[in-house]
Amino acid sequence: MTESISQSITLPSEEKPKRMAIIASAGTLDAAYTPVILASTAAAMDMEVAIFFTFYGLNLIHKKKSKKLKVSPIANPAAPMPVPNIIGMIPGMTGMATWMMNRWMKKANVIKFLELRDVCLESGVRMIGCQMTMDVMGIKEEELIDGCELGGAASFLEFAKDADITLFM
Amino acid sequence: MTEVHQTLDARNLSCPMPVLKSKKALKALEINQVLEILTTDPGSMADIPAWTRTTGQELISAEELGPKDYRFLVRRRN
Repeated sequence: MTESISQSITLPSEEKPKRMAIIASAGTLDAAYTPVILASTAAAMDMEVAIFFTFYGLNLIHKKKSKKLKVSPIANPAAPMPVPNIIGMIPGMTGMATWMMNRWMKKANVIKFLELRDVCLESGVRMIGCQMTMDVMGIKEEELIDGCELGGAASFLEFAKDADITLFM
Repeated sequence: MTEVHQTLDARNLSCPMPVLKSKKALKALEINQVLEILTTDPGSMADIPAWTRTTGQELISAEELGPKDYRFLVRRRN
């Protein structure tokens, strides 16, 4: 009896938290939601979370670009406004698809991407910008939002090797 | 009748907000106090129990009061 009580008291602190590692490689508005929804929820479920932003995924932690993420109607039959690619090429169609997606999300009471990203940062989700991609794309550290770190493949793998969940997005 | 110490109105919020707000609200309570959560998101019927199971909190009840009208009682255990 005494043992089971002491066990139940010490268990939460002794038990290693579950860990989730995400690679976010896409920089469009539709692709932006998945990593921040899962990361914020995992943090609420007491998991340790890190998101590694690489290639176009860097847009999601870019101060300016993350404020104007877009959805492309081209080569995207599931777009809010599915149109043939030849129509999708017309100027303004990307803006239209983005506007429609934002309207969808608002109608369904989905919180904005930027707010979810803030929740992630507040709840201790580690945001790691891929240093190599930044060099390739000419992105400077000060162009990224506050609260993120920089690292390379080894930084991600060091965290991910002990992860219970690893996702590539 | 379980005594409720705090009520969280998470109605008209969609995934993942009910869980995120529940987590925040529960942490503000003392151990063994009870949080009442009101939601309208049908997904919360699966998600709130999943959250309590994963985090070791006690789900006292999960009720569907009507269409898109859900009520949960969660006791803070850790």
